[in-house]
This record gives sequence, C-alpha cells and structure tokens, in this order.
Amino acid sequence: MARQLLKGNEAIAEAAIRVGLDAYFGYPITPQTELLEYMARRMPELGRVFVQAESEVAAINMVYGAACAGKRAMTSSSSPGISLMQEGLSYIAGSEVPAVIVDVMRGGPGLGNIAPSQSDYFQMVKMAGHGDFRPIVLAPATVQEAIDLTVLAFDLAEQYRTIVTLLLDGNLGQLMEPAELPPMRSPRRYSPEWALSGAGDRPKRLISSLQLQPEALETANQHIQAKIATIAAREVRASDYMLDDADLVVIGFGSAGRIAQSAVKTARQQGISAGLLRPLTLFPFPEWRISQLAGQARAFLVVEMNAGQMFDDVRLAVAGHMPVRFYGRTGGMVPLPDEILEAIVRLDRELVHIDSMKGDRQ
Amino acid sequence: MITQLPEQLVYQRPRSLSDVSTHYCPGCTHGIAHRLIAEVLDELGIRERTIGIAPVGCAVFAYNYFDCDFAVAAHGRAPAMATGLKRVLPDKIVFTYQGDGDLAAIGLAEILHAAARSEHISVIFINNAIYGMTGGQMAPTSLADMKTTSSPTGRDVHLAGYPIKVCELLAQIDGAAYVARRSLHNPTEIRRAKKAIRQVFVNQVDGVGFSLVELLSSCPTNWDMPPVEALRWIEEEMLPVYPLGEFKNAIR
Repeated sequence: MARQLLKGNEAIAEAAIRVGLDAYFGYPITPQTELLEYMARRMPELGRVFVQAESEVAAINMVYGAACAGKRAMTSSSSPGISLMQEGLSYIAGSEVPAVIVDVMRGGPGLGNIAPSQSDYFQMVKMAGHGDFRPIVLAPATVQEAIDLTVLAFDLAEQYRTIVTLLLDGNLGQLMEPAELPPMRSPRRYSPEWALSGAGDRPKRLISSLQLQPEALETANQHIQAKIATIAAREVRASDYMLDDADLVVIGFGSAGRIAQSAVKTARQQGISAGLLRPLTLFPFPEWRISQLAGQARAFLVVEMNAGQMFDDVRLAVAGHMPVRFYGRTGGMVPLPDEILEAIVRLDRELVHIDSMKGDRQ
Repeated sequence: MITQLPEQLVYQRPRSLSDVSTHYCPGCTHGIAHRLIAEVLDELGIRERTIGIAPVGCAVFAYNYFDCDFAVAAHGRAPAMATGLKRVLPDKIVFTYQGDGDLAAIGLAEILHAAARSEHISVIFINNAIYGMTGGQMAPTSLADMKTTSSPTGRDVHLAGYPIKVCELLAQIDGAAYVARRSLHNPTEIRRAKKAIRQVFVNQVDGVGFSLVELLSSCPTNWDMPPVEALRWIEEEMLPVYPLGEFKNAIR
C-alpha cells in the first residue's frame, strides 16, 4: 500500500477502522476532535457503530458495554476528558475487558489550553483510575508510529484483556506527514468465551469488577498483577538512536523524543557522544534497558513537555548510579532542538567538570 | 363426597429466576420486581438472548438472581453501558435495573441521553425514595420533609431540593417511546406493574425505542417501618407525589 499524506488524528482513526474496529464512542474535545469527526463519517459508511456521547463519562461506559460483548471498541479524548474517564477505566480494568483509548494530550492543569503537552504521563501511566492496575501505554512520535501502534493496541488489548492507551500530544494529533496505512480487514465474527451474548443454552456469564469478599478481591488483584508482570516482561518497546557508544543518554517520548533526536544529532556533530532512547511503551517502561545504559553511559538527560513526570521513572531505573538531569517545557510550549542541545551541552560540561575534579584529586 | 382432582401446577419459580435466596431485607419489594421481570422474560421467550445490567445499590447483586447474562455498571452508568452493548448486539435484549440514587442523581445525564437517543433498551427504575445500600440517606426522590440519615430533621426543600419526578421529566423527551409509573404496594398494582414491565420488553423486541417503567417500592429497613406499614406508606405518602400511570406511550 502506498504512502499518503495523513493527519495524526485521522490516521489513528483509519488504522483502527482497518483492523476491525466495531464501535467508536466519543465526545468532542480539542485537539482530538478530528478523530471523532472522522469516525462520525466513516463508521456509519461501513455499517459500524458510532455514537457521540453526552460526556466522556458516558463515552467510556459505552466502550465498557461494547467491550463486554467482545467487540473491538475504542474512544478518544484529550487530557481533561481522560480525567473524566478514569472511573470507567478503573471498572474496565477490574472487569478485565479489552479497550483502546487514545489521549491526545493538551496543556493543563484545569482547562489549561489546547496546545500540545505531555502532562498526562502521570495520569495514564501512574493513576489511570482508582485501584491497582496499569494500562499498557503506547507513545508514538510520528504518524507512521501512531498507525503501527494503533494496530498493536488492539492486538495487545485482546491478548491480555487489558486497556491499551495511545498517548500522544496535540502536535502529533494535528501534524500531517506521509505514512502507510494497514490493509482493510473486515470486523471479526467471533465471540470470545468470556463475552456477553445472551446465555442461550450455556450457563450464564457475568462481567463485573465487584468482589465483596477481601480474599476474593485479593485473588482477583493477584491475577491482574500477574498479567501486568507478564506484560512488563514481554512487551517493552523502545527506539534507539546512536546509543552504542553514548556517554550522555537523552530520554524522551513522543514529540519531545523526536525533537531531542535533532539535538542529539547536532551534539554528535559538535563532538559530544550523545545518544537517544525513545520509549515506545511507557508502561511497560524500558527500565531494564535504562539500567543497562546506566552501566555504560555517564549521565542521563530526560526531556519532556511537562514538569518532569517520566523523569521519576528514569531516576528509579538509574537508581542513583549517575546524574539524571531534566529539561522540560509546560503549558503547551514545545521545546526547540536548540534548547535541548543547550541542555545537552550543559550536562556535557558538568561531566568535564567532574572529570577535572577527579583529576585534581589524583 | 371427595373427588380426587388431577394435580395441576399453577405457580412455580420462573425459569429466568435463579433458585437461590436473595440478600434483600424482609419486606423489600425488590424480590417482587425481580420475579415480575423473570416471568416476563419467560413469557416472551427471550431469556436466552437477554443481557441485564445491574446498578450500584441494593440491586448490585441482581446478577445472582436472574438466570441470564449480566454485567455490573458503575454508579449511574448503566444506560451508557447498555447503549454500548445494544449498539454492537442489536439482536439481543438489554435491560438495566436501577435505583433512584443511581438513575435520578448520579446517572441523570446518562438516562436522559439514552432516552433522547431512543436507545432500544428496557429500563426498570426502582423508586423507594432512599439510598438503601449505604444505609438510608436522602435520595433525589425522597419526599419533602422526609427524615433520612442525611436529612435527619426532614428534607428541607429550600436547602436540599424537591423530589425529582423521573417519569414526568422523561415524558418530555421526544426519544422516549414508553414511560410509565407503577407501584408494588398491593396485588392489584403488582399486576399492573407486570403489564408495564412486559411493555418495556415487548417494545424492545419490536424495536419501538427507549422504554422505562418506574416502580414505587418499599424499603422497610431504612424507612424504619414494619413491612405492611411500609406498603401503606407507599400508598398514603408516595402516591400523591408520584401519581401512577403512563406518561408516554408512542404506540398507543
């Protein structure tokens, strides 16, 4: 299939449709609205379900309902809307039904603004709702990655009966670039063994997140945690750029990671041995890869479009073995490659200074 | 002379009702509502393709009592969940069973919009004017001056608002096909209630659109009354505020 010029939001919508999305439920919010509008046009054309809900609260519960039937269901929103969906996300996680959620992040807190941001890292990775659970969180940086990760999202959601979130910022939702869509698959005609379909002649089925007995709820939690451990062991994905001999490792996801790549390239041209690790999965986090890099590199620089959220996870992975610095912009400000380059140069000087101090002591 | 009559079974547990004891308090009318729904599922022959959605509240365990597929919704969200299920499974019968806190307080937006979209679902709305599961707090349907644990000196309508009349409200929505209020306080009304329950399911089988029946119900435990007195309280106190009848019937 040929590459075509595609807008991030619409590319995600079309990719979901092509991998057999049965039902989309959503509510307008900038900067993801094109996704909803695209679905409003395309889903009925294909005889599939589209509903514009009365709120994000309703939208996520419609997803929950359709997911209980074993259908491929998704919603999309942006930061404040995701806050409203947290109740439903928790119930979906507790019920262990698959669902795909797209969060096209904007500036916060509160109404914030509609400019691109990455300030939902905590919200999606750390606290997608009450109770112990973690959705799989995928972080594309290009329209092509957004397409590929959308395809992956549905497969992972069904394989693990979990929530999979596509976490991108308004930049990627809005930008257009050439990308290739997957071929069209027709919606699957199967009903998983746990799905609600009317009892017919079989025993009745129940989908619920309620376990009144503490022993039973602990067992259910242990089941979810075991699944999370399997996901953590198997599903880590990250992109490497010039890391083999890097002294200075820059880590950023999504747009921040993409912009950081330009800065790393320039730093190399200036003789600084920098490299870039760009996590594609924020949960599971490439913790092991970072620990490994902590054994070979000398310092880390985390770049995010927030006040330092993934930063915490990098520090946990590095475990105090070396300096971890942070450069971030908030409020919808997007860092320029030069700003990141400056942070890289600053950290490089810091390393030179440490070297000279060591030299003085010898 | 004593004639030996052939044995004839005239009353039995409906197939759609599971053979278990319920957790409901003595004198609570949830059991009656459950049985009526089960009888209707049997009579219409739809148990095999029915999916129920339990609310948060006393009826959260409804799935234990019906022998059909079930899901449990978050508080108030059953109509949204039912929307999702019914839209992807249009040939199945989807019903929600919701109390007054669930439907008329936290879930008012979901029920109004499900009605506005005329979702092809059946809604059984239990109005006992109180939050049962949490122990007797003021509900949106609590009567003026009604004493509850969160309105200990009586519901002061100037501070705590007036009772919400769900049927009257929903009857204004163009998408609502059938909206009726019935009561479970005596055998005559119970028979009428069953007819209305039957209608909300028949409407879904026939693809008529959003259908809801409100059932005035008793909560002797939280009303702090013996069961018989609680039934009398429905008749004397609730009926004047919540008149019975069909508020909307699109096929009439």
